[in-house]
Amino acid sequence: MNVASLSAGIAATVPLAEAQTVPSASEIVDCAITVNGREYALTLDPRITLLDLLRERLHLTGAKKGCDHGQCGACTVLSGGTRINSCLSLAVTHNGDFITTIEGLARNGDLHPLQAAFIEHDGFQCGYCTPGQICSAAGLLNEVRGRAKPLDDAEIRERMSGNICRCGAYPNIVAAIKAVRGRVAG
Amino acid sequence: MKAFAYARPSTTDEAIATFSSSSGAKFLGGGTNLIDLMKMGVEQPSTLIDITRLPLATIEEHAGGIRIGAMVRNSTVAEHPLVRDRYPVLSQAILAGASPQLRNMATIGGNLMQRTRCSYFYDPTYAHCNKRLPGSGCDAIDGYNRMHAILGASDQCIATNPGDMAVALMALDARIQVLGPQGPRSRLAGDFFRLPGDTPNIDTNLRPGELITAVDLPPIDWATGGHYLKVRDRNSYAFALISVAAVVGLDSNGSIRRAQLALGGVAHMPWRVPDAERVLIGQTPGDGAFRDVAEALLKGAKPYAHNRFKVELVRRSIARALEAASTRA
Repeated sequence: MNVASLSAGIAATVPLAEAQTVPSASEIVDCAITVNGREYALTLDPRITLLDLLRERLHLTGAKKGCDHGQCGACTVLSGGTRINSCLSLAVTHNGDFITTIEGLARNGDLHPLQAAFIEHDGFQCGYCTPGQICSAAGLLNEVRGRAKPLDDAEIRERMSGNICRCGAYPNIVAAIKAVRGRVAG
Repeated sequence: MKAFAYARPSTTDEAIATFSSSSGAKFLGGGTNLIDLMKMGVEQPSTLIDITRLPLATIEEHAGGIRIGAMVRNSTVAEHPLVRDRYPVLSQAILAGASPQLRNMATIGGNLMQRTRCSYFYDPTYAHCNKRLPGSGCDAIDGYNRMHAILGASDQCIATNPGDMAVALMALDARIQVLGPQGPRSRLAGDFFRLPGDTPNIDTNLRPGELITAVDLPPIDWATGGHYLKVRDRNSYAFALISVAAVVGLDSNGSIRRAQLALGGVAHMPWRVPDAERVLIGQTPGDGAFRDVAEALLKGAKPYAHNRFKVELVRRSIARALEAASTRA
């Protein structure tokens, strides 16, 4: 891209290196994404990650930007019921998808069973990783739904390995998930 | 992140045409590596061609084996009954990689294209990386090279392929199906990856504009004796120091009839030496035979300052993986 191809008014005031990162109008993408049951018609710079869309544009700040590289899991949300790292996912790739964040788990003012269990079992200390932990646990329970084999502590730990808790609340997180799994699996 | 154009083709032909008409385009699968590299400034595509909605997401029986579409997610492959029953080493390898969230995003085609996690490649503040900046040198050779290659490296690059799935595909003699401007063709996994040589900036033998469409697993009935062993710094969610994908078939008298194995974490590609495997044929599974095959696989090994431990770790890992595979054969 050269200066002449940039939108009028940008090249005059912004250094070239900065200006080159501003996409031209043709690079803006229309997108429809449903978040927590509400459909949003969006016009997006394709660089925006799902995490930044949620936090910066939709003001759903539950999902956290921990590492921003898919290593900590604090940004975990559900896409069609499947847990993903929203920091490594471009928002435009979610056209037509149904996203659920921590803000969308409660129903009619009642906490999601996992939210209640995290409180009951003290599954957090500072709370920063908790929205990601709970969304990840919700995805985990979807993955093992209908399975006869019990979910033991070792398997919960392995299946939750994508969510780091630097306070070290792991034992209580495992207990909370186990309690909910025991209830829904009967 | 540098600006790019975004394309969302609905057919493979359209995807390949879009690639041909733009210079510096990249195909986007799950994005778990590419988006991260774009954040780091290592990858700067002019156009991202989102291929996740292409009709390449089925797993089906094919020519006596299994055909896995390139856009099937890693988690789906690992949990698929056909894969778990017939090729358990592949299921185990995929589940040993990354985290559940990442496996839900990552695609089979994209996973084959993931790039090295060499920190000198991944971080552009390091000046010398022949993979990132051809001709600039290699900061890893005299740097902190604990994670790096001990086999098949060059004086240009000692990076390793970070994959787990790829190691299993190599051991299984999987075939990679691709579609390009010149039409379809296929390559065995062993011919898909490459060693760094003088051009470490090139990871695979894919030609420009070629799109991976599927991975075919061969019609072998003895891969049930399979085991994937991954040795790493923590028990989960870490890249391999060493990994071994082993597939073993036994005779009725308990001696080894067939054996195929590949190593991860040791080279620029999953490491396999078919001649070394022949050492095992007719042998009773046990430490003697396992040591012999390890020595044959390690021939020419050249460790660096911080990864000498990998040589002995390979020997022990091979023995453990072959023992486990033999038990299941």
